[in-house]
Amino acid sequence: MKPIRNIMAGVVMGFVASMVALPVVAETPANMLVIANRIDDITTLDPAESFEFAGSDVSRNIYGKLVNFDPLDLAAGYGPDLAESWTVSEDGKTITFTMREGVKFHSGNPVRAEDAAWSLQRAVILNKTPSFILTQFGFTAENAMEMIKAEGNTVSITTDKRYATSFVLNCLTATIGGIIDKEVAMANEADGDMGNIWLKTNTAGSGAYTLVSWKPNESVTLKSNPDFYLGAPAMERVVVRHVQESSTQRLMLERGDIDVARNLNPDDVAGISGKDGIAIDNPLRGRLMYISMNQNHPVLSKPEVRQALKYLIDYEGMQNSFLKGQYVTHQNFLPATYLGAVDENPFSLNIEKAKEMLAAAGVEGLVIEAGVREAQERIEIAQSLQNTFAQAGITLNITVGTGKQILSRYRARELDIYVGAWGPDYPDPHTNAGTFAYNPDNTVEAAATGLLAWRNAWDTGGLTASVAAAVEEGDRDTRAQMYVDIQAQFRETSPFAIMFQKIEQFGHADNVKNLDLGGAITAVSYWKVTK
Amino acid sequence: MASVENNGNGRRRSPLSSPAVVLTFKTLGSIIITMLGLAFITFVIGRVMPIDPVLSIVGEQASKSTYDDAYAALGLDKPIIVQFFYYIWDVLHGDFGTSLLTARPVVDDLIRRFPATLELATLGTIMGVTLGVPLGVLAAVNKGSWFDQIARVVALIGYSMPIFWLGLMGLLVFYGILGWVGGPGRVDIFYADIVPSVTGMILLDSILDGNWDVFWNAMSHIILPATILGYYSLAYISRMTRSFMLEQMSAEYITTARVKGLPERTVIWGHAFKNILVQLITVIALSYANLLEGSVLTEIIFSWPGIGSYITTALLSADMNAVLGGTIVVGLVFVLLNIFSDLLYRVFDPRAK
Repeated sequence: MKPIRNIMAGVVMGFVASMVALPVVAETPANMLVIANRIDDITTLDPAESFEFAGSDVSRNIYGKLVNFDPLDLAAGYGPDLAESWTVSEDGKTITFTMREGVKFHSGNPVRAEDAAWSLQRAVILNKTPSFILTQFGFTAENAMEMIKAEGNTVSITTDKRYATSFVLNCLTATIGGIIDKEVAMANEADGDMGNIWLKTNTAGSGAYTLVSWKPNESVTLKSNPDFYLGAPAMERVVVRHVQESSTQRLMLERGDIDVARNLNPDDVAGISGKDGIAIDNPLRGRLMYISMNQNHPVLSKPEVRQALKYLIDYEGMQNSFLKGQYVTHQNFLPATYLGAVDENPFSLNIEKAKEMLAAAGVEGLVIEAGVREAQERIEIAQSLQNTFAQAGITLNITVGTGKQILSRYRARELDIYVGAWGPDYPDPHTNAGTFAYNPDNTVEAAATGLLAWRNAWDTGGLTASVAAAVEEGDRDTRAQMYVDIQAQFRETSPFAIMFQKIEQFGHADNVKNLDLGGAITAVSYWKVTK
Repeated sequence: MASVENNGNGRRRSPLSSPAVVLTFKTLGSIIITMLGLAFITFVIGRVMPIDPVLSIVGEQASKSTYDDAYAALGLDKPIIVQFFYYIWDVLHGDFGTSLLTARPVVDDLIRRFPATLELATLGTIMGVTLGVPLGVLAAVNKGSWFDQIARVVALIGYSMPIFWLGLMGLLVFYGILGWVGGPGRVDIFYADIVPSVTGMILLDSILDGNWDVFWNAMSHIILPATILGYYSLAYISRMTRSFMLEQMSAEYITTARVKGLPERTVIWGHAFKNILVQLITVIALSYANLLEGSVLTEIIFSWPGIGSYITTALLSADMNAVLGGTIVVGLVFVLLNIFSDLLYRVFDPRAK
């Protein structure tokens, strides 16, 4: 029903709008940023628990972290935030952060090393959804107090073994790395929850903004922090309104009732492109679209066949038709803007070449099944594959099911081909390398259903060791190069055809400058925005 | 819906000679049984639904221990019937639990959401009744005339146009192009949170506060969605009124009244219309109750934070406390409106006096 509704709505609005030019009438105040977005996924504002997009957007502007990304230079990677500097011990297991002096929480309390240590210990002890981002370093509820320690003006973090410093620091830039005002949180503790219930709907940070209100499914209102250590933000108030429909967001943008519309569909983007006073941006996000080939399948496990299928995908055709403005071709498992990301896309649709490869492998009349979740764009991708595969004599039967049905078959290694999407969990290359190219035990008994390589019964051809090595490499540049090499091998040998990376098209009044949505690695930042 | 009508008929048949006390107890008893049954059915459906409420809290990436913690915290390790009794016990103490989606007590959510729906549905019903009833009466009296034909087309459009289409077109024309009405949401952001929330209905609250700027702004926002809901209820009410009236107009007492030389106006409004009032009350009450359930599509298009989208979103995310709380409120509204229309029968039905 929803797609039909959207299509009809788009057609109707497009038709009428093409006949009538809408005047831009009102304007929001100069010191206020008003955004329309779908924010019904926010279920908590506690940094130890928040793991949704809209929640991360709020959190990034309220909570400072030990290290953080500069919104205007994401490519530079993490830099100092509440920690002014850090040193790494000889054995590479302990990182000691020196806190920045003179920074205050919104409550007026000073930001101390103790707050930082407590916030990270708390995230480990509470054991909520995103806690794996920290516990992968060997922290447990039992040892958290030992491994994460405050001493004077420094915080030290000791991991269970040697990890790349960039890996640890990247993980600390995730939402879960938000530093909480311990005094305020503990004053609101109930039943030993370390302030969890209170912090779900209240905040105690030191960032650029403070929370005025969060009305679920309605709005989030932020007020600037005049004492923000990087300087008071230009936008004194930021209001994010929950507006579900793309066409409604478009109307509000055209009327000047909002400054930014974040969920415009391609039809509405086309409708407002080139209008006076409105600009469209196309930043990349972290989500990837891929297909994978089950290596338990006798034919799909042949290297030539894997390679041939990568030439049987109409990357350009899809990107320019039904995925237009939403996805762009990207054939590597690290999304652009990640450490070690590359933009080499060697594959393109080449039926003849694929036929030769299939013939060389002795494949004829192959019939395979693709599992697809019932999402419009994925079904369309599967249909495009069905079409191009058929041109090389491969019959692709598409099975459409609910997320649960398809995913459980995928996890049980039952699908020949899976048409799927993958979003990184934290801003470090290991989040994707550790699942696409890492599979230490390929046996059925290992049941490593969380690893995409395992789900496709792929032993990674030696990449597992390379990924493990990259996670331990201390030098950031060397480490980045290691991912470049891993991806080069992965592109050619893996049973994964990474196809596209997500673009988030959004419309905004053209006087809005420096609004960064966070690229593939982080969330939106409001403190550099000007109008 | 069926139970509502059965209740209605049953009440009408009940012996009128019963003392008021017995009647009151009977009414109370039926409310309690209805509400308990509703809560139980919703509860059981919620528990057997093939959505994993734990997964919707912790997400797919969570570790086993995170999952287990959340599972126990929801009390899912106990038998369903025990869970239900715990639930009812809490509800009797005014605790509907905490919503997973909003991280707030369901009671707080309902207190915030229901007035928004109430405000919209009430205004919509007022429009539907004030226009729909005269339209239906006039169409019946002038059966077959051009007026009747137009009334039919108007009602048909109201019935058959998808409400989201009407909503989007209304927004495009009256908000986007003409700029006559406010956009989505209950007030402009500059007016948000200015008047203290007493009833939760911004129109009423702004009157109580004497803040007319907020009142007119809220009015400019509510007028379009209310008109669309009003149109929808007008379509239903006018058709029902017309058919009730036609039935009366062909009755012998109308002919008698006309033969006696009564003015046509008296015949129509004083005799025929008076006799359809009882039926009409049922129709209006049902239509009002339908709007009070919350119109999901209208709420989505107009970003209206009402109870319909609250329950729907909760249902899709297996947020069962929110679904149960919302269902109980909607159920209560149906039952109360039903009782209210029963009371009105006693006023308008001469046989009930």
